[in-house]
Amino acid sequence: MSPSTHKRFNTRAGRAFDVLNVLLLTGVGVLAILPFVYVLAGSFATELEITTRPFFLWPEEFTTTSYESILSSDVILRAFVTTVAVTVVGTLIQLALTVLMAYPLSKVDLPGRRTVLSLVVFTMVFSAGMIPTFLVVKDLGLLDTYWALILPAAINPFSLIIIKNFFQQLPNELEESAKIDGANELQVLRHVVIPLSKPVLATFALFYAVGIWNDYLSPLLYLSDTGKWTLQMILRQVTAAASLSADELNSDVPPPAQGIKFAVVIIATIPVLLAYPFLQKHFAKGMLIGSVKG
Amino acid sequence: MTLLAARPESPPTPPPRARRRKRRFGDLVRYRWLFVLMLPGVLYFALFRFWPMYGARIAFKNYIPFLGIDGSEWVGLTHFREFLSNPDFPRLLENTLIVAGLSLFIAFPLTIVLALLLNELRLQVLKRTVQTLVYIPHFLSWTVVVSITALLFAIGNGPLWTFFGWILGTDANMLADPDWFRPLILMQEVWKNTGWGTIIFLAALAGVDQEQYEAAIIDGAGRWQRVWHITLPSIMPTIVVLLILQTGQILNTGFEQIYLMSNALNRTVADVFDTYVYFAGIEQGAYSYATAVGLFKAIVGLVLIFGTNWLAKRFNQQGIF
Repeated sequence: MSPSTHKRFNTRAGRAFDVLNVLLLTGVGVLAILPFVYVLAGSFATELEITTRPFFLWPEEFTTTSYESILSSDVILRAFVTTVAVTVVGTLIQLALTVLMAYPLSKVDLPGRRTVLSLVVFTMVFSAGMIPTFLVVKDLGLLDTYWALILPAAINPFSLIIIKNFFQQLPNELEESAKIDGANELQVLRHVVIPLSKPVLATFALFYAVGIWNDYLSPLLYLSDTGKWTLQMILRQVTAAASLSADELNSDVPPPAQGIKFAVVIIATIPVLLAYPFLQKHFAKGMLIGSVKG
Repeated sequence: MTLLAARPESPPTPPPRARRRKRRFGDLVRYRWLFVLMLPGVLYFALFRFWPMYGARIAFKNYIPFLGIDGSEWVGLTHFREFLSNPDFPRLLENTLIVAGLSLFIAFPLTIVLALLLNELRLQVLKRTVQTLVYIPHFLSWTVVVSITALLFAIGNGPLWTFFGWILGTDANMLADPDWFRPLILMQEVWKNTGWGTIIFLAALAGVDQEQYEAAIIDGAGRWQRVWHITLPSIMPTIVVLLILQTGQILNTGFEQIYLMSNALNRTVADVFDTYVYFAGIEQGAYSYATAVGLFKAIVGLVLIFGTNWLAKRFNQQGIF
């Protein structure tokens, strides 16, 4: 609304609504991060403070013992390193596969394009389900390998179509002139299309990365070797003891100290939060591009 | 607006047969590099999306891994019948529908309300800040969300355990109490995804012609009338598309959240189709039976998505296909 029209509407009820709305949404914004701030504060608090104070956003006594004991444990450190590695490699593979498929599909006169697109859309509304996919992964010999965390979800159909739509609306002239200069399709993709699409591709790379990092189902299904577990699996192992006693979990290991649970949650979240500002810059735009064009 | 790009383009008039064959061959040569680029992706879809669909025929067999899929004996609809007459079935259906209903009838409207409130916010700085904050939980994994829940509801010292215990006068272990399972699931869902869900509505709202509002103002329309007559109708197509998509997902409750939140004590309300497939198939090795359950779920989903799409079109809304 333009500022000039504001005045016409500054009725008393309208102003009351505005004030309430500001208060309400501020509250909503605070609630969105409050639980996380509590966990962050808890991760730097002493065991005593966590068990005696019901709620705090700043520890009375600041300590890093929780993190120290985590860093001294091989298990979490190793899980962290492997999860980072799987996420980086996996994101590159998934993005590459998606872009390589999206580019040809963005050419409207490509023979067979509509068939391929219909099949892709079909996979969005129908999937064979957990067990047949599990059996394929098993048959391919991918069980207990990190490939099982990367390949079965390599191309997200939604991302593929949004990237395809983005490529489709790029000005054709640049590609044409590159081709006249003798560039082949791969060169056009590398030197013309990809540089023009950097923000969109960065967004989807981060979506893929967050997807792999946060994935719990794939390691649960495909990794039975506990030595290969990713951070999310370890996190679950550590924090599940918070709600249930040892025998409800069918485990004879005593529940770990409270502080460690807080710290593991933070460690499992930090990389995502670090990526968030970059992601946030682009995603609204990226989503919009995909949803407007047919 | 179209979320899916399968919109049929008008088919070109088919050329005579002989010319067509020749052109096709010429096309294949001309586009050969594009086909090469597309190959890995096509292979991916064939291997990980369509091969499992072919493998899903074990739902109609008694699959024994040793004999292989082809060597196993056909049993027709036995597994489907067994599932539908299983005493667990009504309970699973009820639990699944309730979880889906909570998200459809509570979480989804909340998303629209939040988007409308954000849209009414005139302070742009505050609007952007609130948006930035409410999107964050979407990027946390279910493992993290469930772990945070466990910490907040920890008996004796969890902040929310203390809070609800004080309000409701209870010292129950909410994490294990079946009565608390659904409220907790809903709270998590709202916290994690409401903010994120507003993006698509805000995008639709950004496209509304501002002159409509000014005209309405001149006609004396109040704020509420403008929301009702301009803002809401302008996001209606988005609401319809999302409703169609969500209806298709009604039996997909999101495996990770439910699995992570369920424990020995709340199984009666926690078991849904998705987790049932996991327990029956992966943990107990009943591959054929679990595949049948999964297939049943997928087919119902497919019917629902086309059904709602058809309904939406009948009511003069744009569908997704």
